[in-house]
Parts: sequence; structure tokens; C-alpha cells
Amino acid sequence: MAKHRVKFTFPQELISEPIIYNLARRFKVVTNIRRADVAADRGWVILELEGSQEDIERGIAWVGSKGVRVDPVSGDIVEG
Amino acid sequence: MSYVTALRCRRCDRKYPVKALSICEFCFAALEVEYDYGAIGKAMTRKSIEASPWNMWRYKPLLPVGDNLIDLGGCVTPLVKANNLGRQLGLDELYIKNDCLNPTNSFKDRVVAVSMTRALEFGFDVVACASTGNLANSVSAHAAKAGLKAFVFIPADLEQGKVVGTAIYGPTVVMVKGNYDEVNRLCSEVAENNNWGFVNINLRPYYSEGSKTLAYEVAEQLGWRAPAYAVVPVASGSMFTKIWKGLGELERLGLIEARTTRMFVSQAAGCSPVVEAHNAGTFQIRPVKPNTIAKSIAIGNPADGYYALNTIKESNGGAVAVSDEEIVEGIKLLAETEGVFAETSGGVVIASLKRLVASGAIKEDGPTVAYITGSGLKTQEAVLNALRPAVVVEPSFSSFEKALGQYQ
Repeated sequence: MAKHRVKFTFPQELISEPIIYNLARRFKVVTNIRRADVAADRGWVILELEGSQEDIERGIAWVGSKGVRVDPVSGDIVEG
Repeated sequence: MSYVTALRCRRCDRKYPVKALSICEFCFAALEVEYDYGAIGKAMTRKSIEASPWNMWRYKPLLPVGDNLIDLGGCVTPLVKANNLGRQLGLDELYIKNDCLNPTNSFKDRVVAVSMTRALEFGFDVVACASTGNLANSVSAHAAKAGLKAFVFIPADLEQGKVVGTAIYGPTVVMVKGNYDEVNRLCSEVAENNNWGFVNINLRPYYSEGSKTLAYEVAEQLGWRAPAYAVVPVASGSMFTKIWKGLGELERLGLIEARTTRMFVSQAAGCSPVVEAHNAGTFQIRPVKPNTIAKSIAIGNPADGYYALNTIKESNGGAVAVSDEEIVEGIKLLAETEGVFAETSGGVVIASLKRLVASGAIKEDGPTVAYITGSGLKTQEAVLNALRPAVVVEPSFSSFEKALGQYQ
């Protein structure tokens, strides 16, 4: 089993959608939320994803395709 | 001997042993190095520092390293009194901290020297980084010196010319066929699944501490006082917060009287998440897609953005974003007045400084330090179209005189 720590940043139009629930249900990924800040117009959630490497990668791609920004919890790693 | 006592979560204060860790297991916030300041205070005085060799290790008690130091033989970089530029901007006491003069021509040699020393102490055989320029140059050079294998991850579409200054040191360059975000995610996974010293991931708490030397050196070079104003280029926000932390440590140890510096963030308008949050009056950073010539500081989702905003608040500072045109003008202005050829991030700083003086945010009531953190020789394409054209003559004196007459 693999684990990934990621940050989801939601645009306003996706705040009310159950993205994390659907991620867990559709891709057999266990989601474990550690920190979050969600308001009416924006939101972010820091969570751990646990599952097979393939399921996690497919799940992350699906979340990204919905319009959610997915980043490593450590922020951008590629530096100048 | 190291004075490090633990790693501590910057958010929930949980303590961790001194290992290659960067994220709190509970809240996933960043970890910070803690020191025994009581013992440091006994070991470190102005006199002891002044008697030490003229390099960054003169402040070693305040760095997370032991005794087997890895460096490329760099020195304390010059703090130049910028009289010509100061006169143009209307500042009597303006200084340039010229970090172009590090061994691989950027401030990254400070952070990499610390993280490479730590990598050896932790017993890593392989070090790695993800970088499009300065960091890759520095990691590769230091790894060569340390006798470690190095892996450097870059986006596959990076221009070949950008790779030369890295590849020459013999690392394995991994070109990732993906966009910037995909490279980020891959590197995060590589760091989690390999026993490597990834300098800006699992070694990040140690790596980032190297930037504090930018505060120590400036304070010592100013005769043991903090600058009144500091203008700093901001990418991840790490260097900005560490300069502030370093000044705080000097105050705590009684090496300077007071940390009275007002800290100013400078970013390119095409990638300014910290400035945007500051202007919106929020501590929430909204990630952005970078679109600027200042690629060395183009980080759309800055790891230390929140802490940079906190530093602005604590220091009663501010934040400025400047256009690409202003950046080019800033590079030229610094070169033509002070003889320093800075990379694009230096242009960001000078353009920001110009605005801050014009708006009255920076006044003539104490020394201002502009941090120039990388050499323009690496980003020559940024100014190629902004230079004065050459005077072309036939190989005869009359042709020269004629041309000169027209030119003047």
C-alpha cells in the first residue's frame, strides 16, 4: 500500500461538491484529513491518501480533472 | 559540535528527533530546527565570531551542522555601499548584499552547504533536488565536492543551455516529461520512497537554515546592527523568513541591540501569490500559475508563504510586485550604477526598491539592504533586447571618428 500526502485547493464552484467522498468511493482510496480551511468562496484540505499506487494516481488525476488543484503538502518543490 | 536539540512543528509544536524529516506526522505542517540558545550564548560572542575565518561557518553555532563541513571555499559575500544607485533613488544609506559572488553564483550555496553537510552526517549516499537553475547548479557542485551521487529533476522542456551549469558536475539529470506540477508531485513521491537526501524535501528544515547567514553577515558588516529596511526576493518565502529569524537570534544573543528591520517582500507580478495575499489582507495563499521572466523565483504555491506574510506583519513591513518591464529596467539600473549584473530576481528587488522609496515606505532613517541573490550571467536572455546597440565601424580611424561623432 502506498501513501501520499497532498493538498487540495478548491475553486468556488466546487466547494459544495463531495469530491473527497467520491474520490474514496470511486478509487478505493482511504482519505484521512489532517487540516482544512473551507469557506463559501474557496477552500483547501490537507489529507493523506492511502491505497494502491495505481488507484492513488488515478484518483489524483480524476480530482485534478474536476478542477481541483492538487499539490504536495510541502508546497512547490521545483525551485529556481 | 552541533547545538541542535530537536525538530519542532511550526504549527502544533510537537517535537521530533534530529533526523531527515520535514513534515509533522500529525498536522503535516513544516518542521523547524531548535537550538540550545543558552549554550550558544556562552560559545558565541562578537569577539569569537570576528576571530573566525571569513566564511559562512563563522556563525556555525547557529547552524544545524557538526564539524565535517562541506563547502566550495566561498567567502562572506560583499555588502556594497551603493552610492550611485542610492543617489538616483534618493537614499543616503543603501547597501547591496551581493550574493552573485558565491561559488556557483547564487545564494543557494548557503543552503546547500548546510544540507550537504547534514546529508553526510545522516549517512546518505545520494542527494537530490528538483530545480530549473541555481539550486541544481549548487547541489551538483557540492555533491561532487562531497563525493556523493546526485540526482537532479528538471522539466523535460527546459532549454538545453540551462542544464550545462548543472551537468558539468556529473549528476544524473532526470528530465521529466510533464508539466511543472507533475514534476513537483513525482519528486515528492521519489523523496518518500527512496532513502535519499532530497535537499529541499526531507532535508528542508536544515537546508533552509543556511539562509540565516544572510542576516548574520549583513548585521556584522553593518557594525553589528540590523538594517532599518530589507528588500528580499521571495519564491518559497523561506529565505525571507530565515533572514528575519536570523536577526531575531542575533538580538536574543545580544549580538545586535534590536531587530528593528522592516522586511519587504518583492515578487514578479507574473507570480506574486504572497503579494496578492498581503494586499487582500489575508494569510491564505492562493496558488498561481507563474508567467514571468523571473523564473528563479517563480513558485506559484510557496511552501513558506504563510510564514512570509507573518514576517511582514511582525516587522511592520510590506510587499511589492513589479512587471517584467520593470524587472529588466531594474537589472540595467543596478548594472549601470553599481557594476553588478544580477539575474532577474535582482531586477525584481531593484524595481521594488524604486517603488518603495517613491511611495515613502522606505525612508532615509537608517540603512536599507537590497538582497541580490543570483548572477545575471545565468539569465542573459532576459536583457538581450534591452541593451544599447554596439557601434559598428570599418577598421580605420576615420570610420571610428565618424561613427563616434554620430554616436555622441
